[in-house]
Order: sequence, then C-alpha cells, then structure tokens
Amino acid sequence: MWLTPAMQDLLLDAANETALMVLAAAGIAIAAGLPLALLLQATAPDGIARHAAVNRVLGVVVNAIRSVPFIILMVAIVPFTRAVAGSSIGTTAAIVPLAIAATAFIVRLFETALRDVDRGLVEAAQAMGATRLQIVTHVLVPEAAPGLVAAITVTLVSLVGYSAMAGAVGGGGLGDLGIRFGYQRFMPEVMAIVVVLLVLVVQGMQTLGDALVRRISRK
Amino acid sequence: MNALTPHVAAHVAAQDAGRALVSLRDLRKSYASAAALDGVSLAVARGRIFGIVGRSGAGKSTLLRCVNLLERPDSGQVHLDGQDLLTLDRAALNTVRRRIGMVFQHFNLLARRSVADNVALPLELAGVPAAARSARVAELLSLVGLADRAGAYPAQLSGGQKQRVGIARALAGRPSLLLCDEATSALDPETTTEILLLIRDLRDRLSLTVLLITHEMAVVKAICDEVAVLERGRVIEQGRVFDVFTRPQHPTTANFVAEVIGTTLPDGALGRLPAPQPGTQRRILRILFAGPHASRAVISEASREFGIDLNIIAGRVDAIGGAPFGVLAVAADGPPGRLMQATAWMRGLGLAIDAIDAIAAEPAALAA
Repeated sequence: MWLTPAMQDLLLDAANETALMVLAAAGIAIAAGLPLALLLQATAPDGIARHAAVNRVLGVVVNAIRSVPFIILMVAIVPFTRAVAGSSIGTTAAIVPLAIAATAFIVRLFETALRDVDRGLVEAAQAMGATRLQIVTHVLVPEAAPGLVAAITVTLVSLVGYSAMAGAVGGGGLGDLGIRFGYQRFMPEVMAIVVVLLVLVVQGMQTLGDALVRRISRK
Repeated sequence: MNALTPHVAAHVAAQDAGRALVSLRDLRKSYASAAALDGVSLAVARGRIFGIVGRSGAGKSTLLRCVNLLERPDSGQVHLDGQDLLTLDRAALNTVRRRIGMVFQHFNLLARRSVADNVALPLELAGVPAAARSARVAELLSLVGLADRAGAYPAQLSGGQKQRVGIARALAGRPSLLLCDEATSALDPETTTEILLLIRDLRDRLSLTVLLITHEMAVVKAICDEVAVLERGRVIEQGRVFDVFTRPQHPTTANFVAEVIGTTLPDGALGRLPAPQPGTQRRILRILFAGPHASRAVISEASREFGIDLNIIAGRVDAIGGAPFGVLAVAADGPPGRLMQATAWMRGLGLAIDAIDAIAAEPAALAA
C-alpha cells in the first residue's frame, strides 16, 4: 500500500464522518420531510384538507431554504446550530444545516411523488368512507412508495455532495480530506482515492435505490 | 315535452322520497365557469338499475358524485333511504359511504396491492378483523369470477378483470346502492357486455339498487330499467327505458336512441330501388314497432289492404328488457291517397311512423 498508515487512518475517519453526516441528515430529512410533504399536498387546492394559507406559508419557507446556497446556509444558521448541537463546529454540528437543507430538498421531491398518486385512488378511498388519515396511510403513502424511495435516493446522493462543504464548519468527511490533503498539501493520490470512493458510494446508492424502486413498484 | 318543471319535479321527488332508495331534489351546483347541475330531481326506486345518460359535460359525473357527496351540491337535497345526507357530519357521512359501493371508469385500483388486498381495502378501512376480511374477500372474488387471481396485481389483469376487482371491492361492505361511473367506457364491446351482465346479475342476486352514468345509450338499453337524459345540467327526459326508446320526446333523446336502434339506410340503397310505377308516389318511411302490435304482420297487411308496395330497405328487430320492438325503413310506393290511408292505419295500431324522405336524400344524415 502506498498510503502511510496515518493517512489510511485519516481516510477511514473521513469515510466514517461522511457516512455519519449523510445518514443522520437523511434520517432527519425523511422523518421531517414526509409529514411536511403530506401537509403541503393535503392543503393544496385539490388536496384532502385544502388550506390556502398553510399551503402558501409552507411553500414559501421551503423555497426560501432551498434558494440559499448550502455554504451560506451553514454559516447563516450558526446560532441555531449551536443551540441544537451544543457547538457550531464538528461533525455533529454539520449535521444540523445538512438536515435542514436536505429536508427542504426532500419535501419537494416527496410532494411530487405524492402528487403523482392518481386522484382517482383518493376519490375511491373517499367513496369507501376512508378518513383523511386513512387516505394517507392506506393510499397516498403506500401508492407513492416507489416515488418516495426514488426521492430518498436522490437526496442521499445530494447529501454526499453537500457534506463535502461541511469542512467549512469543521465537519470533516471525505470531501474535506480531499481539499485539505489532496489539494492544499499537493497529495494527488489522496484526492484520487477520495474521488474514487465518492463515485463508488454514489453509484452504489443509486443502484440500490433503483433496484428497490423496481422491486416495490407493481406497474 | 316530458321535461318536468323544477316545481313539479320537486313535488315528485318529495313524494318518492318515502319509497325510493335515492331521492335527489332540485340539486344545483355551479363551478366558476358554468352550472354543472341546474335543478336536478330524481328518485331511484329500490332494486332498479337506473341510468343517467348524457354527453360529456352534461353534468352526469357531478350528479353521480352528489349521491355520496364526493361533490357537495350548492343547494338541494340528497336522501338515501330516507336519510338527509347533507346534514351529516364527516364521521356519519363516512359511515353512510361504507354502505354505498362505487365503481369507476378507470377502475381506480391500488397498483401496489394485490387483487385480494384491493378488495379487502374497504373492510380494512371499516376495521373488520383480518380473519373475517379474508373470508369475505374469497367470497367476493368468487362472486365476480376471479377466485384464481387473488394474488395477482392490477397491472397483470385485463381491463375486464380490473373492473371485476373494482366491482368486488365496491360490494365488500354489502352496500344497498351501487354507483357506476362510466363503468364500461374504458372496455372493449365484448367486455362491456360481460361487465354489464355481471352488474345485472349481481343486482338480482344481492337485491342491489344501481345508479349508473354513461354516455352510451347501448349501456342503458342493455341493463337499465329506467333512464334519465341529462343535458346542460337538467333532466330533459326520464322514464322506463322501453318507453324512452320507443317514444323519445326530446330531440336529444331521439338522437341518443338513434345511436342504438336507428335504422341506417345502406349506402346507395335508394339508388338501387327500381323506379316507382307511373302514377305512384314514393315515400321513405321509418316504422317503429312496439307494444301489442309489435309482432303483427303489419307490412303484408298494409300491402294487401291498401294496394301499395312496401319495399323493406333496412331494419332491425330487438328487445328491450324482454319487450320486443322493431324498426323498419321501407320504400312505400302507391297512389298518394292510399299511402296516406296506410300510414294513418298503421299509426292507429300504435306504430310510430316518420317520413324520412327528406333525411334520406342527404347521405350524411341517414342515421337519423
């Protein structure tokens, strides 16, 4: 092996940090994004709980977060990050802005997946006497499942990219390692390994995601 | 005209409310652009198959959805089994909806549920325990002839099979009323007949009341007992199917009826007829046989009695709900006076006669 043991340790740590940031942020984004997307969809003009004001406010907030470049979002919410994570630097601290950006991102993707559920299915459920909660749990979410999984895949891939910027707040991770060693210390082999690793991770996630979508859709 | 004034219609609906399963009274509903329902009153008697026919945009879909309040009318009354549905709160309405089955044009099956799980859905929603659910699902699937496809997914089924699943699902909660929203419009003709016969058979076996909407008069002819013709949000004609078919009162109804039982003259049929004898006149008549004289040998009798020639150019004999009727297009040749006598005699027997000379002259309108 042409990497020093020290460098190998650094690489392993960085990979772990990236995994932690991506998975934690994705977990939070999914948990927060699905209810928000359901709310957005339900309060839409053709939704099952029409509410123009809620719909508009939520839409504006989601869009506002999405329009802030991630690197700026990270520093802009530092006080919030400190309040939540106890610190504004480090891997844990980086998870906060990542989760917020990913939530805003995934809400729109989830919303699209939910909107793709045939309106006729909702109507059929209403005709059966389904409550609105039952429509969500028995029709909207299960029927949108392939689209929801595809949305999660896209979000995971984007998070890998975003997490590279987490170095700005001391979050570490593979991207940060590549910048600090590969670029700033002229170690092209580190840069190459980082890039190859990231490509493999993204490919792997996409392949797994696509396979899962195929498996659960019955079209 | 058979069109009821809103006042009379309301009165009729009120009278019917007692014995009808569904009673709609003076329903009005308008969307931003136009009125979808403009004062519709209807009563659907128990055990009947009631058809609502109309062109697209006539308001039939809105009307059907007012029965289970998927659409709320702006004003009017909706009674099911004597109960005023518009006064119910959300929970009570859901309970009522569980007793109304609904079948859709595009089936509206859940793609990610198997056939059995689709049929089980209404039972799940109603909180029926799993064991009772699977017993009921098996029963329903054999009722619609799909017992062997329980594990299949909708994408693996043909259109007709999908609609059978839709019907089984609609019947899961043992409804007294089945609403059919263009249930056969996405199906080919053979499958359409199959599904219609299934619906009629189920009506008989389960004592259902069926309210269906369609844009095809053939559907009405095939299974309905009663029909209402809807145009621009109003009922322009309504009655027993046989009566409406044999004696349409409104031009729109007549057009609908002609689609199914109109006598289309074969292309060039008139040109191939031998020229009329000198001194005789030729009328092209459409004769509709219905009622007690439907089976009588009217053509040969008229020919003998009045000394005229009746040359049959086109015709069909059919039955609606078991009652026979026939439509013939004939070229009647004879002295003008005799022709008049003959047509008067036939009218006297209760046959409907139209002179279609004028129409026949124009090929595009032959179907009328």
